[in-house]
Amino acid sequence: MVILNRVSKTFGKIKALDEVTFQVNEGELFGVIGPDGAGKTTLFRILATLLLPTEGHATIKKHDVVQDFGVLRKITGYMPGQFSLYPDLTVEENLEFYARVFRTRVEDNYSLIRDIFTYLEPFRKRRAGNLSGGMKQKLALSCALIHRPEILLLDEPTTGVDPVSRAEFWGLLHNLQKQGLTILVSTPYMDEAAHCNRIALLRQGRILGVNTPKGLQEEYSLHLWGLKGERPALLLPLLRQLPAEFRVYAAGQEVRVACRERNGIEKIKALLETSEKWDHIQISLVQPDVEDCFIALMQENNELQYK
Amino acid sequence: MNYNTNNLSIKVENLERRFGNFTAVNKISFSVRRGEIFGLLGANGAGKTTTLRMLCGLLAPTSGTALIDNTDVARQPEKVRFKIGYMSQRFSLYEDLTVWENFRFYGGVYGMSAKDIRKKFEDLSQRLNFGEQADRLTRDLPLGWKQKLAFMVAAFHNPPVIFLDEPTSGVDPMVRRQFWDLIYESALAGTTIIVTTHYLDEAMYCDRLAIMAEGSIKAYGTPAGVLDEFKAVNMQEVFLKIAGKEALLQ
Repeated sequence: MVILNRVSKTFGKIKALDEVTFQVNEGELFGVIGPDGAGKTTLFRILATLLLPTEGHATIKKHDVVQDFGVLRKITGYMPGQFSLYPDLTVEENLEFYARVFRTRVEDNYSLIRDIFTYLEPFRKRRAGNLSGGMKQKLALSCALIHRPEILLLDEPTTGVDPVSRAEFWGLLHNLQKQGLTILVSTPYMDEAAHCNRIALLRQGRILGVNTPKGLQEEYSLHLWGLKGERPALLLPLLRQLPAEFRVYAAGQEVRVACRERNGIEKIKALLETSEKWDHIQISLVQPDVEDCFIALMQENNELQYK
Repeated sequence: MNYNTNNLSIKVENLERRFGNFTAVNKISFSVRRGEIFGLLGANGAGKTTTLRMLCGLLAPTSGTALIDNTDVARQPEKVRFKIGYMSQRFSLYEDLTVWENFRFYGGVYGMSAKDIRKKFEDLSQRLNFGEQADRLTRDLPLGWKQKLAFMVAAFHNPPVIFLDEPTSGVDPMVRRQFWDLIYESALAGTTIIVTTHYLDEAMYCDRLAIMAEGSIKAYGTPAGVLDEFKAVNMQEVFLKIAGKEALLQ
């Protein structure tokens, strides 16, 4: 459905995207996950035919994003990261405006946005600029859907939105997927990976990996232990005495230790046995989450320098 | 950690704020110990921002009291401002000032003498090894450095309490961890840290937290204790349960 082949984009000296390659299948809910500055917005703007790649090719349904932009704008629905609707128009007026731009009517495509509109209904006469963050996102999604596109390109739709609205938004995306839409969505929140069929991890313009959330966990090649029972602030300095091949970091109230060797646990235990005050520390093998995977992939790419 | 009340850094009792007929904050009470990392969470409209503005001395309470390091926010709002530091992910440093100029500016705002500013900056840059960055424009620094410097600027005048607003949303996991290392160090040295965030993973890094909804505190305790109380596997679930949106749980 979507094919990216070594797509690069440079702005002056800055390489925003560096040979990005991946494919999205028809009907998939695909997540591009990466921190601020990773290149997510550049990637989405190229797919939305708003920006030309410096090198490489990208197609959506075999239409080239550079040559066939006219066709693509009809079959894609794009929701930019910045709120881009008309703040002075009401909810209804915005919908009607976008429908007319695409030479269609709100009624013709109402079935697609019905779910979303149940949330917006109480505010239909309110100006878009006066909506809460969560409602703005829902209205923007409705406007991106108004011409019944085959693929949705959603750039950080859940950023800055509160957790309840975020959960609602993902619920809406799951329903749209059931109606046959292909959805490409970006997010800086690693915990949202679980909502996607597959994800691409992006950092500094480069793809660190493409996989299902579960596949990403299975691919994790290190042993990972979680230590509990003491403030991480106190445990961290102790565990940082471990040799350099151990990676030690906090994860919530836990301290995590990652290492290539299975018997690494012996060294951790030996360290804890140096004083009685660590007797109550519980240690267990833990499943890596997306952040653990991200950190391990960064390490493999030798990108852990922060000088 | 010392639990006796002499060691309290923040003490909030029956704090209330109304706007006309609307009660934004409804007689909440909580306390934070010195050196504790405390999370204040809530969805939009929960009353979190109003609470924060009262704690910073920017908004007068309708009733109730809040003490920051023994200073009453209603009676001495001016004094409170010198007791706190503030950092947000969105805005903290002036991008078109150099690192040194940012410190000099904030030090000046908080009434530090030129001599103190210079001396403290030199100590800090030596200890954390950022001397060579001093004359670089802030906008040219890598995100990881910006993040750390923003915190140091907030801590520059040695406030006993520092407020962090979504300090690490959107940064990569490694930068985020390095940032928490810095927070831990500061908390161990006795600085009280208040974190407000939408990023529920971030809440798990706090020693204790309070979750607000409709102007009241609906959950209060350690992250593990709160999960336990709500029989939830993560904070997201607690949040949805408090909002009455269990249906959204997958």
